[in-house]
Amino acid sequence: MMKVFLLYPDRDVDLSGELPPNAADLIQDLALNTLFEAMAQGDRFLFEVVRRVVLSSLHEGDTISYRQEILKDCLKHPDVVRQIYNIPLEFLERKHSRWLWVSSRHSSPASILSSARELLAASLDLLRRLQQIAEEYAGAFESRGFRRFFAMIQQELCDEYLTTVERHIEALQFPRGVLLSAQVGKGNEGANYILCKPNGAGQKWLRRVFASKSYAYSLHPRDDAGARVLGELRDKGIARAANATAQAADHIESFLNVLRWELAFYLGCMNLYEQLELLGEPLTFPQSAFADERRFSCTGLYDISLALTMKQKVVGNDVAADGKELVIITGPNQGGKTTFLRSIGLAQLMLQAGMFVPAESFSANLCSGLFTHFKREEDKTMKRGQFEEELKRMSAIVDLVRPTGLILLNESFASTNEREGSEIARQIVSALLERGIRVFYVTHLYELASGFQEEESILFLRAERLPDGRRTFKVREGKPLETSYGVDLYSRIFAAEGCMVEGCS
Amino acid sequence: MTFRSILGVQNGDQDETSGWPDFFADLNLDQVIEAITAPKQEYRLAPFFWTTLRDPEAVRYRQQVMQDLENETLLAYIKAFAEKMSVVRRYLAMVEKLYFDRHKKGWVLEAALVYVDAVTALHHNLAHAPLKAQGLLSFREWLDRYVQSQAFQSLAAESRQVKQALSELKYSVVIESNRFRVKRYEGETDYSIDVEETFARFRQGEVESYLVKFPERSGMSHVEAKILEFVARLYPEPFAALDRFCADHSHFLDETVQSFDREIQFYVAYLDFIADLKRKGLPFCYPQVSATDKEVYVRDGFDLALAHSMRYSDGAIVLNDFDLEGPERLIVVTGANQGGKTTFARMFGQLHYLASLGYPVPGREARLFLFDHIFTHFERVEDIRNLHGKLEDDLIRIYDMLSRAAPDSVFVLNEIFTSTTLRDALFLSREIVARLMDLDALGVWVTFLDELASLSEKTVSMVAAVNPQDPAVRTFKIVRKHADGLAYAFSLAQKHRLTYEQIKERIS
Repeated sequence: MMKVFLLYPDRDVDLSGELPPNAADLIQDLALNTLFEAMAQGDRFLFEVVRRVVLSSLHEGDTISYRQEILKDCLKHPDVVRQIYNIPLEFLERKHSRWLWVSSRHSSPASILSSARELLAASLDLLRRLQQIAEEYAGAFESRGFRRFFAMIQQELCDEYLTTVERHIEALQFPRGVLLSAQVGKGNEGANYILCKPNGAGQKWLRRVFASKSYAYSLHPRDDAGARVLGELRDKGIARAANATAQAADHIESFLNVLRWELAFYLGCMNLYEQLELLGEPLTFPQSAFADERRFSCTGLYDISLALTMKQKVVGNDVAADGKELVIITGPNQGGKTTFLRSIGLAQLMLQAGMFVPAESFSANLCSGLFTHFKREEDKTMKRGQFEEELKRMSAIVDLVRPTGLILLNESFASTNEREGSEIARQIVSALLERGIRVFYVTHLYELASGFQEEESILFLRAERLPDGRRTFKVREGKPLETSYGVDLYSRIFAAEGCMVEGCS
Repeated sequence: MTFRSILGVQNGDQDETSGWPDFFADLNLDQVIEAITAPKQEYRLAPFFWTTLRDPEAVRYRQQVMQDLENETLLAYIKAFAEKMSVVRRYLAMVEKLYFDRHKKGWVLEAALVYVDAVTALHHNLAHAPLKAQGLLSFREWLDRYVQSQAFQSLAAESRQVKQALSELKYSVVIESNRFRVKRYEGETDYSIDVEETFARFRQGEVESYLVKFPERSGMSHVEAKILEFVARLYPEPFAALDRFCADHSHFLDETVQSFDREIQFYVAYLDFIADLKRKGLPFCYPQVSATDKEVYVRDGFDLALAHSMRYSDGAIVLNDFDLEGPERLIVVTGANQGGKTTFARMFGQLHYLASLGYPVPGREARLFLFDHIFTHFERVEDIRNLHGKLEDDLIRIYDMLSRAAPDSVFVLNEIFTSTTLRDALFLSREIVARLMDLDALGVWVTFLDELASLSEKTVSMVAAVNPQDPAVRTFKIVRKHADGLAYAFSLAQKHRLTYEQIKERIS
């Protein structure tokens, strides 16, 4: 089978599928476009590809390592990979510059056949080149994916076969007329037109036609109607050959397209790798665990979008959350909580795309789906509406999330008063945990944060603030701190009143 | 030996000119008949619906045919026959439009082949079918003789021989840009297969098909005619045989076969139409019919037009009963709006109409009256001009009805006099009821006037029932019950959250 299979060990990339319904939220909340742009380097096609691949998470550890191996090969042989990538690009180039495309299936078989012939002719030497690359480099690549790919090319596109194809492409021009066999069908109309190979070799068959009893007729030069009918008969005869040729052209084209598509993802990864190397940021191939394990630990995990935006090294965090189901992150504003939450989402997404991740080390279990519920700034005037909007988004997530899912909540349900918000959040989070969904929750809701008792399965993190008020943007283990604003206020007012009362008495 | 008609209509032919009876629209029968006949345009079935039967024997003749056709095997035979006959007609109509003689004859032959096949298969299939209906039994007898006739036998044998000889011919055409050559076929091999096999290696899954489909054209250009001429020169004998066949069998279609083919569709169309509904579990039954006994009833009846319009929805169709005994003649329906009253009234009319065609009716069990005419009066929404004008219109129409009505008429009256004062409405309604009672006609009257329900021993009160637990929920059940009007008021109050409990709740 002429299959590329560089993204999945057993299937092509699915270009027609929809992105997951939460894609738009992920893109916005995790600032994914920054990542995609860095991978695409201005190439809109690359952008589309990496967007789709990164957002279509894998759920089998084996496929993830399949991609990781290929990506490692790519990082080792970037030049060869770019040479292969150029083959579909050149095909496209030819297509555009020579105006080649297979006529639509609504056209006549004659036009389908001739357009398909030209397209095939234009791809033959490219297929030869691909075959030569495979011959030359097959031994140097180690990944299962590339080994299979090269072996497939060597087998399917051998020289002999390409020569046969070339011969057919010539014969399908019918230099000596189209020979059809036919029968008398319904209503004495001609039927079962079948394209035939003339008997005997070379030109002898023409002589035979003259030899056997036959009747000939030439159309009047201005007999357009007659010419049309004759063309149609010819079309009936060559319809199947035209179909086979056009489908072959389609297959070649789609093979080259899939090749372009699937390699584009690795090209994107190679681009990203080069940029982060320049920044001196660490990258690591992550360890993934089964979805039903509760694994999450990392060192030096940083927000890759932030690093790319700032074009410099950014603060990384160490987290040891193996066995934890709920991680509650509290701490001062501008303390790096959102950045931290984002880095978790990005790393999980990159892990499940088969990529390296932005950390010194990283291991996590696979999740059945990643969801983000971040506080949105819009609509500040309509308090009530905003809370309802939050609930609506949450409800949409609940529609989609399944056991072993991962939900990142960022200041969720803070748009109503704390008691209501905490109670709703508590109910939602408790239900999610019971359903085996892991939750990372950045919150100011002290009532909520402190409501969860210290348990084995809960990890409390706090964004660090130094005694002098400076933020380090580090997130460290720590219980939520109750701000004493309310107590302060109370004591201030009541203290003053107390004094007055005392004074009166 | 003749066979008259599978419809068995007495008094000569159907009246094919009169058009839809005037009650069709009010009872939504126009929709029903349209839906029944639409898939069968070519049979012009509509006129069969314009004449209703008054003779119980004639109704039973049809009911028997219909009952036989409910045997699925038999129905499938009839349908297969019909499809072939339809093809025959299409071919023959086409022949009229064709130009080249060999082409015309080719299609006459095709038509004859299909006709022979249609008749032979039907004959064979009917021979073993468990027929009970008088109509089908006599048709079978007739068909048996027809098939054994010399005319049919020679048609069958000769058409097959001629076709056989023609279909064995094989020839080749070599096409160059503006020229072609026709010769005998000399065993050349298929090149498409070769190409397909070579290119198969590129296959990676399904791609679009580029196989251009050439529609089966019924036409022949001079080029094709030329090719055919060459073929005939290469192989003269089979074409000479075709000429002889066409000369010998110019009019091979039998008239009785043709009218059977058309008329049997009157049954098939209805069975097709109700098949969906039956599958949904809706009951149909063959009613007892009488032209004299006005004690009518139905169990689990329903509005066929409504059921048809809801055939794809999950909504359940509510089944209703009525039962008129002894002197009872007029059902007065009152109760909640949107409670199914009008649907009930339509059902009453539809049941009587369908029974008079000899059709099974929508219901589990029924006894119905063979009327002389159905009179309907439904509020016309678009008629809202000045009130005086409308009332006048109404009265004129009712007067007209009553003057044409007879004791055997059936009335369906829906919310008349709604736009006049209560006093007027009561007065007028009482007058009309009295006249209907005098006539002794059967009927349904949907009204908001409770008083009409208990005017005499001839009136029966039925009420659109409400669910006692939740009066806002319609049950669409029409039950025999004393009219009280309270249920309707209660459900309105609840809709506006003004019941006792609701007000208590809202204020607490």
